[in-house]
Formats: sequence, C-alpha cells, structure tokens
Amino acid sequence: MKRVVITGAGTINALGHSVPETYAALREGVCGIGPLDIRDVDRLQIKIGGQVKGFEAEGRYNRQQMSLYDRFTQFTLAAASEAITQSGLVFTGELAARSGVVLGTAGGGVSTWDDNYRAVYEEGKNRVHPFVVPKLMNNAAASHVSMEWNLKGPSFTVSTACASSNHAMAQAFMMIRSGMAPAMVTGGSESMLCFGGVKAWEGLRVMSRDACRPFSANRNGMVQGEGAGIFVFEEFEHARARGAEILCEVAGFAMSSDASDIVMPSKNGAARAMAGALADARINASEVGYINAHGTGTAANDKTECAAVADVFGPHADRLMISSTKSMHGHLIGGTGAVELLACIMALRDGVIAPTIGYEEPDPECALDVVPNTAREAKVDVAISNAFAFGGMNAVIALRNL
Amino acid sequence: MSVTDQVIAIIAEQALLEPEDVIPDSTLESLGIDSLGLVESIFAIEEAFDITVPFNANNPTASDFDITSVASIITGIERLRAEQSRA
Repeated sequence: MKRVVITGAGTINALGHSVPETYAALREGVCGIGPLDIRDVDRLQIKIGGQVKGFEAEGRYNRQQMSLYDRFTQFTLAAASEAITQSGLVFTGELAARSGVVLGTAGGGVSTWDDNYRAVYEEGKNRVHPFVVPKLMNNAAASHVSMEWNLKGPSFTVSTACASSNHAMAQAFMMIRSGMAPAMVTGGSESMLCFGGVKAWEGLRVMSRDACRPFSANRNGMVQGEGAGIFVFEEFEHARARGAEILCEVAGFAMSSDASDIVMPSKNGAARAMAGALADARINASEVGYINAHGTGTAANDKTECAAVADVFGPHADRLMISSTKSMHGHLIGGTGAVELLACIMALRDGVIAPTIGYEEPDPECALDVVPNTAREAKVDVAISNAFAFGGMNAVIALRNL
Repeated sequence: MSVTDQVIAIIAEQALLEPEDVIPDSTLESLGIDSLGLVESIFAIEEAFDITVPFNANNPTASDFDITSVASIITGIERLRAEQSRA
C-alpha cells in the first residue's frame, strides 16, 4: 500500500478567502456567521448564516464562464486554484492521465435551481437559459476543475449530505493508496444560502435563529454556511521525490452506515466510523490529540457524538481535545468536512487547536474538553475529522504528522 | 433598433466582437461561435423577439430555421415574428 500525503490546500468560506485567512480566523475564534444577505430574506424565519462575503463573480469570470458556473463551482475553482498552486504540481503527460478530481457536494447548483424555478413558476417565463443543466449538475464543479487543470484520470462527485466531502476525500485517498492514481484533487463545496436552500432547511426545524453553539447546554440548532475546501492528495514517494512541502499524512479513514434512521444520528454508527478510521490508520486511540467534531449544534448530534467519542476512546476521551469549528464558519453541508480538515491540519502543523466558540453553559451529556471559546496551543500528532450525515452515512478521516 | 441591428448585436456579443465586425454574410463558424454559443445565441434571440425558434441542436441543418449566415437568421426571425404574431 502507498502512503498518502497532502501537498496543497485551498479554501473559501465565511472566515476567509484563503487558507491563511481561515487559519487566522480559526485562531482568533472569529465568528463568520451573521445576517443573511439574500433575496426574500424577509420571508425566511432563519435569517442568519455563514455567508461568503466580498466574493463577486463579476470581474473574476468572463460572461461565458458566468453562464456555466454556479456559485458552488465558483467556490470550488477558487479553492482548487489555491490548493494546486501550493502543491506545485503541473498536470501533463502520464501524471495528468492518471490524476483526477473527486469532490463532495450535497446540493450542487442549488441557486441555479432556485433562480430558474423562480423564472418559470413565479415569473411565468416559458424559457430558461440553455446552460441550466450543465450549471446545476452536481459534478459541474469537478468537471470544471478537471478542465482548468488538465486532470484526465478518474473524476466524479460524491453526495452523502453532510458527509459528502469526507466520503469524497476517502475515495481520493483509496485511489492513491492502492496505486491507481499518483495525485488527486479532492474536497468539496456547497452553496445553499439562497431562499429555497434556506427555506428547505427551515422546514426541518433544526436551525438556530441566533447562533451555532455546539456542545453548550443552551445550544438551539445548526447554522448553514457556504464555501469550499480543496486539497491535493499525493502519493508520498511522488511528493518526496519532487521535494514538495508536505502538510501532513492522510493516515486512514473509515465509513459506516447507521442503517437505522433517516435523520436521527446513531452512537453506534459514529463510534464504528471513528474506531474504524483508527484501525485503518493503525493508530492507537491514545495517540489522538484532537478531534474536529461533526458538532452541528443540534441537541441530537452533539450528545450522540460525545457518547460515541467516550465509547471509542475510553478514559482517553477526557484527555483529548474536541472542537466544532461550525460555530465559526457554519455548517457547509456537503463541503463541511473539507473546510474542517483545515482545523486538523492547523492542529498538526501549527500546534493550534481551533476553539468551539459561542460556548456558554456546560452540558453534562457533552462533558468533554471542547476547547471553549478560545484557541489553545498544544502539540498534536494525530487528528481525526468526523462527518455524520443525514441518512446515517458516516465518514471519518485520520491525519498524522509525518 | 432594427431586427438586423438587434441580431448583429446579439451575435457580436456572443462572438466577443464589435457589431461592425459582424456582417450579414458572416457565418457563425467564421465568427468563432461554437455549438454552445449557437444555442446561447438562439436563446438570446428568443428572449429579444419573444419568439420560439424551432431549433434542435442534434441536427441543426434539419431544423426549420436556417442558421447558414447572419442574413439567413434575420430572414428566419422575420418569418417567425410574422407567423407567431398571427397565432
């Protein structure tokens, strides 16, 4: 089996338009959640979100590109450019032929659906722009990354709701580990902060109207975010041979399915995914210093996740740190695991643990060290990132310092 | 604006050219408009003239709308406007 490392990272999210900006915000415990600036917000009950600000497609993309790039594709391309540029890889010849793009998204071009439904239903138009389909399709972002960077190997899009990115990165990891691909561009993106996207979530009655406060006894729900996280995964010897800067190793992963309920989380399913990732990476539970929690801020997730951590880690659960950065950037749904992987990389490389902000009251059912409100310095050798999706589909990735 | 001027404006925008560079004898190919650009141009024409253009991208030449040149497109639009305003 080949070893897999990360040699490039890129992002855009409510905390910043790049990885350095995002790290700075994570360190400072900045809250990127605020009032939504979207059409018809007055008809929404949920009026907050982790919206990307100051990102205008006009000027960044030409007219033809604008007609083909939904916002989730725009985010993806911006983050991919940062990641691939950092990696220093140039995809030509055999490397291009074997390297591909696997990305996660839950909704794909949600705002394209939204805008065009408005046109035909609300405005009564009988004609839509010819590129509606190629713009909204879930694989549009992966396709445009492949075209822009000449990636001609295996490319596809994975959709498992809130675990999409982790499932996508797991596929990329497996392809490199097995020797199928020398490098893969992977991660995910989401852009659901439009009227229809927020309205759909509102219907489920799990959204907070004021803040995302994971693990806090007074938590009252999740807050949506948007953006992208993109990485270059590369075979270790390939990276070493070219003298690439290695951010960390992807040590292992596991996936599990609750096979029980379409929305309620299962302690057993979450625990099996975490334990499975450690086993796959051949890491002892006691080596894990940091967990980036799924930590949605809902009543059900946070207590279930803490119970699963207690099960898997035993007494070590009280020594490790677990935080939910969704308190800062919101829940990026299909893109969330990718952005949250950055908090794990920051812990490993910089020795800084991103906090869970908005933490106000201890909850006896979440009695772990959730790094409340303020970032902490700590040396961490192994970090894991949890994603537990609606539909009971779980994916956990383990990262390690080389 | 006349139909000719409007069509030339739409096609010039699609081809990223100045309207002066688009003449009635120009073909879409000579202007560098590819198949996606053609479909977008037809959409823009439909929007501008509030007509439905019977165009199937699977077999453009078999459609009852001649896209050989800018002039033939203009003729087609004028015919469709007359037909569809009668309907």
